[in-house]
Amino acid sequence: MSGRTLFEKIWEAHRIAELGEGVDLIHVDRHLQHDLGGGKALAEVRSRGLRVRNPELTYATSDHVVSSAPGRSGGAYDWANALIDSLRLETRRAGIRLFDVGEDGQGIVHVIGPELGITQPGLTVVCGDSHTCTNGALGEVGFGIGASEIVHVLATQTLEARRPKTLRARFEGSRAPGVHAKDMILALVGRIGAAGGVGYAVEYAGEAIRALDMEARLTVCNLSIELGARIGMIAPDETTYAFLRERPFAPRGALWDQALAWWKTLPSDPQAKFDREVELDCDALAPQVTWGTSPEDVIDVDGRIPGGKPDALAYMGLAEGRPLAGTKIDRVFIGSCTNSRLSDLRAASAVLKGRKMARHVRAWVVPGSMGVKRAAEAEGLHETFLAAGFEWREPGCSLCVGANGELVEPEARCVSTSNRNFVGRQGPRARTHLASPATAAASALAGEIADVRRFL
Amino acid sequence: MEKFTTLEGIAAPLAAANVDTDTIIRIERCARTPKNEMGPWAFEPLRYLPDGAENPDFVLNQPRYRGASILVCGENFGCGSSREMAVWALAGMGVRCVIAPSFGEIFFNNCFQNGLLAVRLAGEAVARLQAFVEATPRLTVDLERQQVHAGSEPIAFEIEPLRKRALIEGLDPIGVTLLREAGIAAWQARDRSRRPWVYAASDSPR
Repeated sequence: MSGRTLFEKIWEAHRIAELGEGVDLIHVDRHLQHDLGGGKALAEVRSRGLRVRNPELTYATSDHVVSSAPGRSGGAYDWANALIDSLRLETRRAGIRLFDVGEDGQGIVHVIGPELGITQPGLTVVCGDSHTCTNGALGEVGFGIGASEIVHVLATQTLEARRPKTLRARFEGSRAPGVHAKDMILALVGRIGAAGGVGYAVEYAGEAIRALDMEARLTVCNLSIELGARIGMIAPDETTYAFLRERPFAPRGALWDQALAWWKTLPSDPQAKFDREVELDCDALAPQVTWGTSPEDVIDVDGRIPGGKPDALAYMGLAEGRPLAGTKIDRVFIGSCTNSRLSDLRAASAVLKGRKMARHVRAWVVPGSMGVKRAAEAEGLHETFLAAGFEWREPGCSLCVGANGELVEPEARCVSTSNRNFVGRQGPRARTHLASPATAAASALAGEIADVRRFL
Repeated sequence: MEKFTTLEGIAAPLAAANVDTDTIIRIERCARTPKNEMGPWAFEPLRYLPDGAENPDFVLNQPRYRGASILVCGENFGCGSSREMAVWALAGMGVRCVIAPSFGEIFFNNCFQNGLLAVRLAGEAVARLQAFVEATPRLTVDLERQQVHAGSEPIAFEIEPLRKRALIEGLDPIGVTLLREAGIAAWQARDRSRRPWVYAASDSPR
């Protein structure tokens, strides 16, 4: 008898109708809205004479266009404040819970979903943002959708979706000091390529995944879309349940017990078949840094810059055959839905503690949420960052997406803990090197791309 | 939604792999530009030089490819961000069909939501089409027959019947799903007793 995968169990539990040819109408359990498109989508529902079908399954926050400047009260520009105001007005009209700027709970949408217990194992979660795959770390099916599909979900609480194939990525062995979850997933993107996961729902498995805490698992799943996979997941286990218990929106009492019993049935059956399998050995893994303009352009921090992509090298101002470490940098960004959680800030501050960063570098820490910010301040992490010369800022997407006027200058070089090194992603002609928070901190100290293992 | 049947038009080769939606439309344009005014900003980092002048080297700026309605693209076209504005920007510059060996999946869905036909073809067939349009910048795409005509030689493509019908008839997907409301309500009622915590947890913070 053939078993079923984690993905298949959840997908089948949400199928309302088979529409033929592998396309299903599936139920959406959680729909998350943000400031960039939320207000507009809700207004469109109204203007079409429709209603938000399940406002109680929908949540919203402002993250993309908010300023991250200390003491901010909204966006830095009128157009940004108009988007934030529109989300406020429309969520109030529709009866949707908003975590507003300045309120507890506000933060990057993919940080607050798990942090507040809004997203949980076994759920289907969608959001108008491709990094919704982050939520899969709790054992759920989360994926990004476009503006039209957002309106579809608001009006019907369903989505027409093609069932993807399944890919299992096993991470075996154990990580050396200085090697983090970000390095694991960047190495996989480098191995199978930015199109390697197109058409698949990825399940991350193996002893090195099981050993990760929940926040590190969120980092792994976050980069699924950089493999081309819309969905990335990790089977729920005791780590997941311990993380979720007592979260404000998690089930409680008898409902917790009932939910837990179902969650425990979700992991892939031992005999389940995947359409594709890949394996990556973590024993030999080094810290990873990107050199080009796709996340697949990644090498060991102590490696040499490869050839073969002249346009990428020209854009990045780099030469083939040179070592990547030692390249002078201008900016450091620690933040984004990839790496802005408490454990990320702890890893960076452990490297920085008692040290000063290079004078020519401008470095920012942007905590992922109000919750992360408060917890970090309670531990005094902000003091370590400030003493090292970093700016300690307010929660939002900030320099990852550059939607709020926060940009890296043309031809400036930034080591960033975010997820995309695309042309112009952090600003016109900005040069982005993706890395872990520990590597970003080490690079800030050195004033150049640096091997964090030198600082341990 | 505008119906799609047969399209005959200027076709341009964009061979690079992994062209992302940030390249197709910058985030600041997404946040600040009305839906129907995005065309001038499509491919901004490729199309314009730092001083704002047109980049003469960019393929869509070359006289023979101006006004292209068909793009023959590289692998994983439209990868990255979910921004549907990438499709609006392409539509705004007159593109109605994109052909590639593979697409970013969210972009692929977004195309069909806006009456744009995204055609997946084998890498070898795409390479042949790219070579063809380098010499002769015109193609015909026949959705009804599921064929791309490059000169005399038709290349067949696959498309999901639901998507084909929606394009040909210009269907509104929300309207189609709303017809299933009774089924959705019945499913949710069953699910509420099967998984009550999914619904109970909402809006009830401790």
